[in-house]
Amino acid sequence: MEFKDYYKTLGVSRDATAEEIKKAYRRLARKYHPDVSKETDAEQKMKEVNEANAVLSDPEKRAAYDQLGQGRGFQPGSDFQPPPGWDAGFEFRGQGSNGAQAADFSDFFAELFGKQMGAGARQAHQRMRGEDHHAKIMLDLEDTYHGATRSLTLRMPKLDSQGRTVLADHMLNVRIPKGVHGGQVIRLAGQGGPGHSGEAAGDLFLEVHFKPHTRYRIENKDIYATLPVAPWEAALGATVKIPVPDGQVEVRVPENSQSGRKLRLKGRGIPAATPGDLYLVLEVVLPPATTPKEREFYQTMAQELAFNPRQNLGV
Amino acid sequence: MSHEIDAILLEDAMLNLDELARSCQINREWIIERVQWGLLLDEDSITSDPATWIFDSRSFMRVKRIIAIERDFESNPELAGLVADLLEEIEVLRARLKASELNED
Repeated sequence: MEFKDYYKTLGVSRDATAEEIKKAYRRLARKYHPDVSKETDAEQKMKEVNEANAVLSDPEKRAAYDQLGQGRGFQPGSDFQPPPGWDAGFEFRGQGSNGAQAADFSDFFAELFGKQMGAGARQAHQRMRGEDHHAKIMLDLEDTYHGATRSLTLRMPKLDSQGRTVLADHMLNVRIPKGVHGGQVIRLAGQGGPGHSGEAAGDLFLEVHFKPHTRYRIENKDIYATLPVAPWEAALGATVKIPVPDGQVEVRVPENSQSGRKLRLKGRGIPAATPGDLYLVLEVVLPPATTPKEREFYQTMAQELAFNPRQNLGV
Repeated sequence: MSHEIDAILLEDAMLNLDELARSCQINREWIIERVQWGLLLDEDSITSDPATWIFDSRSFMRVKRIIAIERDFESNPELAGLVADLLEEIEVLRARLKASELNED
């Protein structure tokens, strides 16, 4: 297990005041806020910042952490085991006042404060339902059309035989309901934290996101796809075949269509109670003009059609 | 290999006030206040009895977001609500940009 330098994470000195720690945390919370940050690893960074703040903003935890690091020469990333009795004389108040989920914290945090998290919680609530846990799940678009079973491994706090909270991998096979779309939340009853003294386990809530798709773009329940068409199909009209997420359809391209025209296939988007629509955006693709015969075709068109695509620009 | 577990869409089994409060580890009064201040739930879905309120995926994510903003920045609830509004708007616009195959940058 790696030793974590929480001061370095927050970018403050070891003698920073509570106010300086608060300011540093807010600055980093803004920088790495997952909703707005452009940093690629913003979510992971935010978890580290939350963990550092959970320790350094809590006077008891900070004092115990300081005592642990003092004079022992622990370096960030160095192999670490807390010495026996390292926490003697300190009383912790749970996982931290900032409300971040314990599952988001590192093994290092769980090793140091896990015992107190479990013990504190049980003393405060002799009989207590398990905590609900929150996480994200990434799905393929096809999963929502057909329903699917997806394996998911989550790191979750669990009580070990000595009553300490440790982080352990928790593997689940989840049956995804048909028709779910991005931003929705699915609930797995009894898959959250364990209950105490015979009480029920908490639930697991998963926020649904879709992986980027090579062919489809998703907006809420609507799906967008590009439909390439030949110039004569766009000009004369045609019935063309196109794959859609739940199979294949034949679509009538109206005559005199241009690139960018949207064809709506009602109800062929994400299949919810009120299903979304599938939009096909036409893209007229020109055949190459490489052989003499191909070039001759284009020259004939130029002569016969007298077409000026820039007429509206007044030139 | 563990057995298969059914996932229930929140829209099919919406959360009540107590379930939402427990799940987000916040007290129910905190939620009631923010509903009354117009920061949560649509106006036409609010009844006089909080026990009848129901919360869908969007409300659930919004509560989590407002909790985080108030906590991380010690912001007042109205400011947190405003930031949540803007973030939701950004999400909609980003999805629209992606659907139009336009790049954000």
